[in-house]
Amino acid sequence: MKITQSASERHVLTVTVDNEAGILARIAGMFTARGYNIDSLTVADITENHSVSRITIVTNGPPEVVDQIRHQLERLIPVHKVVDLTENGPYVERELALIKVAGTGEKRVEALRVAEIFRARPVDTTTESFVFELTGAPQKIDSFIALMRDLGLVEVGRTGIVGMIRGATEA
Amino acid sequence: MSEERSGANILVESLVRQGVEFVFGYPGGAVLPIYDALFQDERIRHILVRHEAGAAHAAEGYARATGKPGVVLVTSGPGATNAMTGVADAFMDSIPLVVITGQVPTSVIGSDAFQEADTIGMSRHCTKHNYLVRDPAQLAATIDEAFQIATTGRPGPVLIDIPKDVQIASALWHDGAPQRHIRYNPRERAEAGDIARAVSMIAAAERPVLYTGGGVINSGPRAAELLRELQAKTGAPVTSTLMGLGAFPADSADWLGMLGMHGTYEANMAMNQADLIVCVGARFDDRVTGRLDAFAPNSLKIHIDIDRSSINKTVHVDLPLVGDCAQVLAQILDGLGDHQTRDLSDWKARIDGWKQRNSLSYPRSEDAIAPQYAVQRLFEMTRDRDPIISTEVGQHQMWAAQHFHFFAPNRWLTSGGLGTMGYGLPAAIGAQCGHPDKLVIDIAGDASIQMNIQEMGTATQYRLPVKVFILNNEWMGMVRQWQELTYESRFSNSYSDSLPDFVKLAEAYGWKGIRIEDESQLDAGIQGMIDHDGPVIVDCLVAKDTNCFPMIPSGAAHTEMLLHGDEVVGTVSDEAKALV
Repeated sequence: MKITQSASERHVLTVTVDNEAGILARIAGMFTARGYNIDSLTVADITENHSVSRITIVTNGPPEVVDQIRHQLERLIPVHKVVDLTENGPYVERELALIKVAGTGEKRVEALRVAEIFRARPVDTTTESFVFELTGAPQKIDSFIALMRDLGLVEVGRTGIVGMIRGATEA
Repeated sequence: MSEERSGANILVESLVRQGVEFVFGYPGGAVLPIYDALFQDERIRHILVRHEAGAAHAAEGYARATGKPGVVLVTSGPGATNAMTGVADAFMDSIPLVVITGQVPTSVIGSDAFQEADTIGMSRHCTKHNYLVRDPAQLAATIDEAFQIATTGRPGPVLIDIPKDVQIASALWHDGAPQRHIRYNPRERAEAGDIARAVSMIAAAERPVLYTGGGVINSGPRAAELLRELQAKTGAPVTSTLMGLGAFPADSADWLGMLGMHGTYEANMAMNQADLIVCVGARFDDRVTGRLDAFAPNSLKIHIDIDRSSINKTVHVDLPLVGDCAQVLAQILDGLGDHQTRDLSDWKARIDGWKQRNSLSYPRSEDAIAPQYAVQRLFEMTRDRDPIISTEVGQHQMWAAQHFHFFAPNRWLTSGGLGTMGYGLPAAIGAQCGHPDKLVIDIAGDASIQMNIQEMGTATQYRLPVKVFILNNEWMGMVRQWQELTYESRFSNSYSDSLPDFVKLAEAYGWKGIRIEDESQLDAGIQGMIDHDGPVIVDCLVAKDTNCFPMIPSGAAHTEMLLHGDEVVGTVSDEAKALV
């Protein structure tokens, strides 16, 4: 007997929640308990009195599973609202990365040159290393990291994405 | 008026304010302050169980039989973990519970203190919501919100974990009505446009079926009345899940019986051949649908459910109506008004043809009591007393669902989703607390009853006249049946060896014990059970190797039912074996 899996698509969900103890465990745990995927998850409070947090989750699954994910999230008591950005028209998504590159001579010069092309900013410099800060769509960060591999890549830290619907209105 | 009170006191006052009559619980170190606050308080009756799983199941039985939330009180660590099976059971079957667990003091949480367990972490996915209360000033509002969440929307268990120091510390208590919270506000009415579509679909249907579930019971007695009105108006035949039995009267000519794995031939064939299925408060569970790609292939489907996440979870539906069963049924009835529905006589003639197969018939023999016959006699001899029936889990449960018949909601208490052996006796105890004058019978099996048999002591202590009717076949019958059907009769560990003498056991607990060994003793034994003004165990020895039919084997379609044992081959494919 073989176990089959169906084709999946990537979706970006934003979830606004009460900023209370255990909320992250509740959401992450719901994903594991029901066998859903989390590719990336970011969270920070977004209101002046710190009462509401916004979570951005990148997930993948067949369309009917993504639909279930949205409704299972809505079922959690502290969840106010779930928006599937992928379903709701054009949106922007951004991620921030810190990338440490070590090297001397030509490799060091090349790393700086590529960083300029990508508009990555050195936020720490020694005579033999840089830490670059880069913001952009995840694919842009992927490409930058790929180029740095040959130029002395030491360490990568990424935030995971945040996303927002384009235009004047709230999603 | 407001005054300083201890957390434990605030808890008790809050429970009283919520109208709580019974608390099912067991004391321990981390709830001693609460037990002290309950001491000699006449307003709340505490039922001391013998194991915390019993507390949770008793609260479930109380909730199902009365429609009110059940309240559980247990200590930290093992108290909470023992209760967890009942909490998970209530979550699966959408039963409103408020579960209070003690916790170690806030200062030592996380230090592996004595009887510490991460109750919040463990219960997160088997509760509708849970709370760790770190401040006594938050207690009253938390409890009010917990009751609201447990009882509205899709009901379910809500757990409140209260550290011992929070029970002792004091906070201001305000008299007055509970605060209604605004953050939980489930949708109860469907949209008018969708109702209009539903009405035209129902009016146009030539082969409709009403497929009803536990949501009709949970919605309250009004939903069952409206279901009957809708049926009378449309003439549509009605089938029900295990959870929904009693919402529609079993003596109606349009009652098809239960559907699904052990449902009737006519119910499953009607689902398969229908052109419109109106699902009212059910969730297309795997026990109901059989093989998904062959489930009701030619029908439109309307799904009434208060939980949006139940829609399209396993079966795609054409028209979801998200809302409370009673309210949506009322909306549909309003919409139907004087609409003419189709003449269903051809459809009913086909259904009558399927009924002729008499799928619930069973063979009887001189040598042993057929378990189905025992249930049938139990039904016939008790029906005019309008009894409440609970069950354990297994063959006896299915035979009870097939051969005991229900005419009103809240009379049938059984563990459906989680399938928890050991449910029936504590559930009967809880139901008897809520209905002290009713006849409450746990239809049990010899294996299941032993899972919470210690609760006999609870019934004795509170003089609860519950009856336990054991269909004793000396096997874990359903396991044995599956081993016969799918593992070529290799009966691995399914024999109930070393059974106790149930009659002596009854007597040891101060109950009456009755043994029925052959058919000639059956009626007298049942009558003796009914007539005894106290708890009774009936040990009814039945045929040992009877299988429960009809049956849709794992991975089969509704049309591939096995009606009798002679169709059994004894092996199945790995794909079918891997199904639940």
